[in-house]
This record gives sequence, C-alpha cells and structure tokens, in this order.
Amino acid sequence: MAIPVIYNFRSVKARWTSAIVAVLGIAGTVGVFVAMLSLARGFKATLVSSGSADNAMVMRAGATSEMTGGVGIDAVKILQDAPGIARSSDGPLVTPEVVLVAPIPLISTGTDANVQIRGVSKNVLQIRNKVKIVEGRMFQPGLNEVVVGKNATKSYTGLTLGNTISLGNVRWLIVGIFDAGGSSFDSEVWADAHLLGPAYNRPDTFFQSVTVHLVSPDSLQQFKDAVTSDPRLNVDVTREIDYYSKQSTRLTTLITVLGGLIAAIMAIGAVFGALNTMYSAVAERGREIATMRALGFGGPSVVFSFVIEALLIAFVGGLLGCLVVLPLNGLTTGAMNLQTFSHLAFAFKITPELLVKGIIFALVMGFVGGLLPAVRAATRPVAQALREL
Amino acid sequence: MIRVDGRSDSPSLIRVRGLNKTYRRGGENIQVLQGLNLDVDQADFVAFMGPSGSGKTTLLNLLGGLDVPSAGSITVAGDEITHMSASKLTQWRARHVGFIFQMYNLIPVLTAFQNVELPLLLTKLSKSERRKHVETALGVVGLSDRMNHFPRQLSGGQEQRVTIARAIVSDPTFLLCDEPTGDLDRKSADEIMALIEELVGKYHKTVLMVTHDPVVAARAHTTLHLDKGVLVEAERKGVLVGGVA
Repeated sequence: MAIPVIYNFRSVKARWTSAIVAVLGIAGTVGVFVAMLSLARGFKATLVSSGSADNAMVMRAGATSEMTGGVGIDAVKILQDAPGIARSSDGPLVTPEVVLVAPIPLISTGTDANVQIRGVSKNVLQIRNKVKIVEGRMFQPGLNEVVVGKNATKSYTGLTLGNTISLGNVRWLIVGIFDAGGSSFDSEVWADAHLLGPAYNRPDTFFQSVTVHLVSPDSLQQFKDAVTSDPRLNVDVTREIDYYSKQSTRLTTLITVLGGLIAAIMAIGAVFGALNTMYSAVAERGREIATMRALGFGGPSVVFSFVIEALLIAFVGGLLGCLVVLPLNGLTTGAMNLQTFSHLAFAFKITPELLVKGIIFALVMGFVGGLLPAVRAATRPVAQALREL
Repeated sequence: MIRVDGRSDSPSLIRVRGLNKTYRRGGENIQVLQGLNLDVDQADFVAFMGPSGSGKTTLLNLLGGLDVPSAGSITVAGDEITHMSASKLTQWRARHVGFIFQMYNLIPVLTAFQNVELPLLLTKLSKSERRKHVETALGVVGLSDRMNHFPRQLSGGQEQRVTIARAIVSDPTFLLCDEPTGDLDRKSADEIMALIEELVGKYHKTVLMVTHDPVVAARAHTTLHLDKGVLVEAERKGVLVGGVA
C-alpha cells in the first residue's frame, strides 16, 4: 500500500504558506487559459448560432465572405425558382442581402467601430426564424427604417428605439429592436435591401449574398445541384451554419494560438513555482521521508506520494483559477470579425468542458513541477537524511 | 549469547562477519568499521557505546539495511542482506527491523494511531486487523488513551513511546535503537528503558541499541564498546566477556 494520502493533505495544510506560491502561479495560468479559450468559444458560438441548417447561402463563386460576394438581380430571380426552396403565401423564402459596414462610436470607449449593416428582404424573419422583434416593430419595406440587434443597441451610440441615424446619404428611423438569440445578427442593423444599396450609391439590383430557406435541411443537395449546374449562374452554395462556422475560424484560431502561447509562457513560470514549492517540501521533510523509507516504503511509493501532493496543490490552483474567471461567463465583449472586418459583440463562454480542460492543464503543470522533487525525495540516501534536523 | 570474536558455531539470529565500511571524503578513504564480527541471539539486548565517530551509528545503519557495507556480511534469521537489491532491502526492513530514533521521527501531521499504523500499511492486513494491532501496540506502551493525539500534543517521553509502538507493531525480528533516551530527561529515560527491558524480557524482542549514556547502557544484557570502528571490549552486566573482535 502507498503512503496514505492524508499525509499529503495535512502536509500541504501545515505548510500552506510555501504552497501558496505554486497555487497562485497555477491559478493565474489556468485563469488566463480558460479565459482565452472561453473568448474563442464565445466568438465561435456567436457566429455558429447565426447559421441555421435550414438555410443555404448563395454567393459569387470563389467569394470567401459576404463582403466579397456579388449576386445580381437576374441571378436572384433564377434562384427564386430553384427546387428545394420553401415557399410562403408571399412567394419563395429568399432574402437577397446587401452587407456593408458603417462606423458608429462604441458606447464603452467612444471610438468608432465597424458596425455591420445588412439590407434584407421583407420576409427575412420567416427565413431567419430565430430572430424575433422584441421592441417596436419590423421596418416597413420602402421606408427609411431600420431594426437594430439587441447587442448593437447596447454597444453602439445612438442605436436606440425611436432615434434616427445616418447611414450613407440617408437618415433612418430606428423602429424596432430584435433578438437573434445571441448570434452575430444581434450586433447588426437591418434595413430594406432595396433602399440600403442606393443610400451608399450602389445599384438596388446588386447584392452581396442571397439566403434561402430550404424545405428541409435535406433539400440542400437538391438546391445546390440545381443552382451550380445552371449555366446562367456562377455561384457557390453553402449551408448557412457552415458558412458562419467557417467565418469564426480565423479569429478563434488567432485567439486560441495567442492564448495558448501566453498560457504556455505562464505555465513555465507556474511549473517553476511548483518545482520551488515541492523542492522546499522535500528539503523540509527530508527526515520524514527518510523515516518512511526506513520503515519500508519504497522509492516508487515516495515518488507517488510527492507527485500526488504536487497534483493536490495544482488541483487547488486550477480550481481557484477556474473560480476566478467563472464570473466572466456571459460577459459581453467585442472584437473585429477578421473575415468581414465588422465589429461583433459576443460573450465569454465558459463551459464545463473548458473548466475540466483548465483543471487538466493545472494537473499537468503540477505533475511536471512535482516529478523531479519527488524523484529527489526518493533517491536521497536514507541514512544521511535520517540524521538531518 | 552475544559474541564478538566471530567464532560462534551455533546459528545466531544476527551474524556479522568481517564487516568493513569505508567512506570517501575529500579524496581520502575513511575506514569507519574494520573487520567487525558479531553474533546476537533471539531476545538479546545489546548496547553499543563509544565516542563520536567510532562507528556506532554506521553499524546500526548497516544492521538495519539503511546502508551497505564495503566488505563483509550480515545475516539475519538466515537472510544474507548485504547483497540484496535496494528494493529487496526495503521490503526486508519492513518485515524484520523496528527502528527507534533519538528524535522519535514521528510524522507530525499524523496522529499517534496513524504513525503506528504506517508499517502495517505495507502488510496485507485488513483495516480492522490493522486497528487491532495498533491498539495492542499502543496498549503495550501505555498510550491507549493518546491514540488520536498528534505528536505536538505529546511529551517527549510519550512521543518516544509512540515510536516504540510503531517499531513493534509489525512484530519485527529485531529492534534498532539509536540513542532512544538521548532527547529525554532522566525520569522519562528510565521509563523508556523500562519499556525496552519489558519488550526483551516479556515479549522476547531482540534489541540493539546505540547510546552515549552508561546508565542507559547498563540496562542492556551486554555492552559492546566501539572505538575507531573496532569492537575493543565487550561487557555483560559489568563482567568483561570478550576480547578484540
């Protein structure tokens, strides 16, 4: 049987002042690690939730984002007759959209942020059925009215119900606030696509993308085959959820890599903290260790015991780090979407899985920091260590 | 019967032959033990005396399997320990040796019960069997009512009693005592020595003890004097019994 774990528990408790360095080092590292990953998760979740499996996006072939897309009115008319598209009493559920960015000051800093302005069709709420008007009403087609996402109204100056804003060469009345379920649309301003283009001196017959509501998710292939094989069209078709998932890749990768780098550098410091704590534990308890070895506990038992102790310290540090960053969960922040160069509000998303990863990261640091001191404890000559004070 | 001349024909419990221990310090070889012979039988109680640096503790460490000799052999209950691997020696210590240290060497964060239980964690005894053994050992040393006390809550004498309970709890072949009363006042020292005598007399334990104190040494059956690594005289209850080993 191994050296009882109660020995390690009580030893850590009795010498908590020396353990605190390691605990704080590991807590800080885990905190940064979890916070950075939760930022990436939040960003990704916001974009992914923007897409729906029932919708397909049509863009110019080769376009990597809506900002670089271009679909003319003739193509839109052809698309409206394509198979697989759901229809309502008003006709096919298709929204040709104009997407552009406008500088609007952030409430928090007063500095301009690129706000995504989307020109949509009147039936957009049937196509993006997760989007609900929560205050006011939907804009009237043909009028210079806009509706504003719930994050946009909180984040940007002047985007409040009843206010008027200047977009392009036109002033627009804000008639409604919509809730898009925490998706990226919540950071957008929506207007009638036929009016938004001309406000920016663009023809009202030209759009960046077309989103269609499919009869069912399975209809994508039928729609895609019909559209991509039509010689009059030169477009790519993507399931909407896949498009937004891909949109999140660049920034989430950037955050993850940067976060990982920072966490790795901090981890080196934390491991040294753990090493220091464990080496001093081994030095202070040289005679105790020697006594246990004299009693018949072997080297592997001693190594195991001290690694367990290091893991215990690391676990406390990891737990502390997780607890410290937990209040960040749900906290809204903003970043630029590197695909569209528009400002996007999103929330830190700390999931149980992320917390488990944080704890595992802490345990890895504890193991690395505890192993060498543990080996040292197990290999010191017993007779010599027994005579130490 | 304790002999130091290496001429014992009968199989003794502890048999040491030609024991040498040399340390290398600052490029110089220091011979601590030189061709030492010793025979100790079951229930013998032997004290080793001698000035500092005479090799008493080195001898104790070698007999306890905490160190390995440069030459010679140590055989305990038929097991030659000098050529055992480190892990074998560790297992052997757990089974055959009970250690009693001058500074008690109790684990400060464990209770008296848990300290005494430590050697039993290396056996296959069940939890209830371990409890029974620990209670018995603490009863032998008169500390049944202190089993949940931590070492800091005990007096020096009580701590040493716990150490003795820990040393006897697994019923080892012999006990090694390194200055067991060195950190105690005379009254406590007397009590500890009385307890060790009881272990020898009543429980037939074999005890090998290092001490500086002639009063303590006088409680042993036999006192062996070490000087510069050589056994120079042996005395049994005041009677000289052997020559140079």
